[in-house]
Formats: sequence, C-alpha cells, structure tokens
Amino acid sequence: MRLLSRQHKQRLGFSLLTLMTFLTVIPIIGVVIYIIYLGFPAINPEFLTGFPRGGMREGGILPAIIGTFYLTLGTAIFAVPLGIGSAIYLSEYAPDNRATQLIRIAIINLAGIPSVVYGLFGLGLFVLFLGFGTSILAGSLTLSIMTLPVIISTTEEALRAVPQAFRTVSMSVGATKWQTIRKIVLPQALPGILTGVILGLERAAGETAPILFTVAAFFLPNLPNSPLDATMALPYHLYVISTQVPGMPIKIQYGTALVLLVFVLSMNLIATTIRSRARANRQW
Amino acid sequence: MNKISIQNLTLTYSDGVQPLKDISFDIPANQISVIFGPAGGGKSSLLRSLNRLNDLTDLVGSKGSILLDDQELLDPALDVIQLRRRVGMVFARPVVLPLSIRKNLTYGLEVAGETDEDRLLEAVESSLKKSALWDEVKDRLDDPAIALSGGQQQRVCLARVLALEPEVVLLDEPTSGLDPISTGKVEESLQDLKKDYTIILVPHSVQQAARTADQAIFLLQGEVIEVNSGDLMFTNPQEQRTQDYIQGRFG
Repeated sequence: MRLLSRQHKQRLGFSLLTLMTFLTVIPIIGVVIYIIYLGFPAINPEFLTGFPRGGMREGGILPAIIGTFYLTLGTAIFAVPLGIGSAIYLSEYAPDNRATQLIRIAIINLAGIPSVVYGLFGLGLFVLFLGFGTSILAGSLTLSIMTLPVIISTTEEALRAVPQAFRTVSMSVGATKWQTIRKIVLPQALPGILTGVILGLERAAGETAPILFTVAAFFLPNLPNSPLDATMALPYHLYVISTQVPGMPIKIQYGTALVLLVFVLSMNLIATTIRSRARANRQW
Repeated sequence: MNKISIQNLTLTYSDGVQPLKDISFDIPANQISVIFGPAGGGKSSLLRSLNRLNDLTDLVGSKGSILLDDQELLDPALDVIQLRRRVGMVFARPVVLPLSIRKNLTYGLEVAGETDEDRLLEAVESSLKKSALWDEVKDRLDDPAIALSGGQQQRVCLARVLALEPEVVLLDEPTSGLDPISTGKVEESLQDLKKDYTIILVPHSVQQAARTADQAIFLLQGEVIEVNSGDLMFTNPQEQRTQDYIQGRFG
C-alpha cells in the first residue's frame, strides 16, 4: 500500500507552494513596513521642501528630490525615442540575419552589465571625453544607456505579441508597412511599451552607481538651473547620509529612503494600472 | 472575356519546395472560379500570388506569367499597394482589425488617402449590404468588430474587401470556421457579387465547390489536373484523378 494517496500528495504539494509564496512576500512587505515605520516621523513639509542644514543632519531633501526628477526626465528624453525606435526597427524591419542576431544578443547582454560599469563608462565618455563635466546631461545619458536594453526588449516583446494576422490583413487591403505599424501594430502594443518604459525609468531613478561619477553632488546650496549643472539625487543622498555623515539622525535616513520608495513605487503603480486597463480593453 | 491569365507559373520557396509547378489556366471575368483539391496542393500559394501577398513570405522565385487584364503581376516594379486595392482577399480565419466595425470597413480607403466623410459612409453602407450584414449591424457600427460572432466577422472581412471596390475578390476557405447558416449567407452573397466582381474561391469542401462553381480548377500537388465548367467538373470529369478525388477515394 502506498504511504500517501494521490489526493494527499496533491494537497501536500499545494500547501508547500502556498507556504513558499508567503515566504517570498514576507521580506518584501517587511522592508516596506520597516521603512515606513522608521521614516514616516521625518516626513513633514520642511523635509519635502527644504534644503539640508546643519551638515545634513537637519532640514529637508528638496534638492535630491528635484535632482532625481530631472535625471528621470532626462533619461526619458534620450532613452524613450531611441529605445522604441530601435525596437520597431528590430521587430518589424530588420532582416533575420547574423547581424540582427548579433545586435539582439548585444542588447540582452547590455542588460546584464553591472551598473557601476555604466558609471565608469559615463565618466570616461560623457564627463571627460565629451567634456560635459559632472552634469545632469552626463548623468541622464549614462542612465539612458543603462535603461535602453530594458526599453528595447520590452518594446520588442510588446510588438511581437501583436498577432501577425493583423499585419497581413492590413497590407492585404493596400496599407503600406509603415501605415500598418502606425495604425494597427503600435496602438495595440502601446500599453506593453509604456509598461516597459516606466519600469526602465524606475530602475534609472533608483540607481546610485551610474550617477556616482557622472552627476551626483554631495551637497549643493542651490537647485540646478541648467542641464550642465551637477545635482543632488535621492539614491546618492541616501548613500551619503548613511555612510559619510557621523551622528546622522536615523529618521532622516529612513525618511529619505521612504521618499525614494514612494517615487519608484508610484511609477510602478502607474505601469501596473496601464497594463491592467489595456488587458481589459484588448481587442483580440 | 478573361480577367486573369496564368501562364507556366512556377513558385519556389527558400527551402526548395515548389508549391506550384508550371501551371497555366485562365480566369473569366464576372464568374466564380473555384480552385479545389487536397491540402498542400498549392491553392493558398496561388491565391497569394494574385495579390502579391507572397511577397511577405520566404518566396524566392516566381517564373512564368500572371496577367491581370494586360498587366504583368510578377513584375518586380509593380505597385503592389495599387494591386491589392484591385485584388482583395478574404482569409480562412476571420481576422477583424482591432478597430470598430466602421473603421474596419473604411481602413483600406483611409490608408489610400480618402478623407471625404460622405464617401466613407457610403462605402460602409454599400459594402455591408453586399455582404448581407447591414441589417444586423447598422445600429452599432461603432462597436468593436471583435464583439461580433464568427460568421458576422467573416462577413465584415468580405465587406472590408468590397469597400475598396476591387475588380477581383479572392476567398481562401472563407467559410471553414462558420456554421451552415452563416456559410449559406456567404455563398448567397457570392452569387450576387459576381455581377460586379471576378471571384476566385478556394472552397472548404467538394460540396461547396460543386454548389458555387461556374468554372472549376482541380489542383493536385502543385499541378493543374483539370479545368472545366462547374457543371461538368462535378458530374462528368474528364480525368480519372479528378473523379477519384470528387468521389472521396483520396484527399
């Protein structure tokens, strides 16, 4: 006689899987609760709209918030058109040959490069060679290069998910390839593309290493007023106040972490909303 | 009068397969020509040559000649966009574009640059009437076309082609996914349509071929076995292989 019946084995299996799922969720929820618990007391109007004072141990983090906003915007300006454009080319126009495969492999591998390497590359190319200095421009360009692979692969995936039959039908009634892409393929792929773009930008907003050598400043008394200015930024500021400033009040550290978390999670929320709306309206 | 004349047509795909081998026949204007035969005989490849949709596949060579009126369709310099307006196609699986019913019908005209609202509206109404769908959808033209039933979607596909006022309509097993009533409606509209169009149909059964054909072409493994009038082909075929296929001995 078997030790366990099939039904018992199935029940045991399901229980184990459920348990594993809960185990993965616990640390995620734990992190969020911990940061809110320690950081929330720091959140007040002065913290969000003021400059750091007293060797950063008092005051606010406005320059870091503004800086991260500018950097995310700058990254979007460079990475979004470039990424979507090359994804359209790769998915719709590129011939299926060695060169295309090579490009695709290169893009996939770019996604795996450690972010500090991008930082060094940005320092070499944008800051020094092209002479942009440590500036929002250099930082945005570095973050763009890091973000491109994410945007390209998710956009390509979204384009590929549009049924081939739509393309055939569109061209069979006399549309050109470009009309087919613009009027049928892109509108259908748009939610997927937007999701990819936002997830890519979200990663850019939270990264420290690429901005370390290219844009981020320890402390600045003024807000940046040109793309060629350096700026403070949330992830780097968090690093600085956690490791470089002795006697730092813990609530300011966690308050900064909380602001960064909210910034990134709200982008995530937008992406998720777009995706679920689009799923509900999907026409195939 | 012949609308299309096919002479010694041979197609070759990149893997060396030849779906059509040296076939020749004519297609008369304003009739229903039925191309039938077992699967893999080259019927779809033939249809797709007539509006150059084969350009989208891995076709590597077309030899011979296809004349539409007096124009050579295999000419590499041919304006395929223009050709596809003259030769419309309805596919086996009804694929409506992810647009409203109305936009599905005006899509072809709009990509060709038509902006006159009255003309577009007229095209919607007349094409829906010709495909026997007007009464069912006239009150919900702006609903998504995907919400229609399979049979209605296939008639949207037919109407989408008719809205372009083509000269030739290709139908590749247009009723293969439809119930008998929808099939009947499509077949009925074909009989009306042949007054204005030259129709080339790949039927989904020998019975449908026999019901609809003015002229019939029996295609077997890439070769034309017999070309005959619909009446003779299905009652008194000249070739033994045609007879065997029609009587269900193979295929």
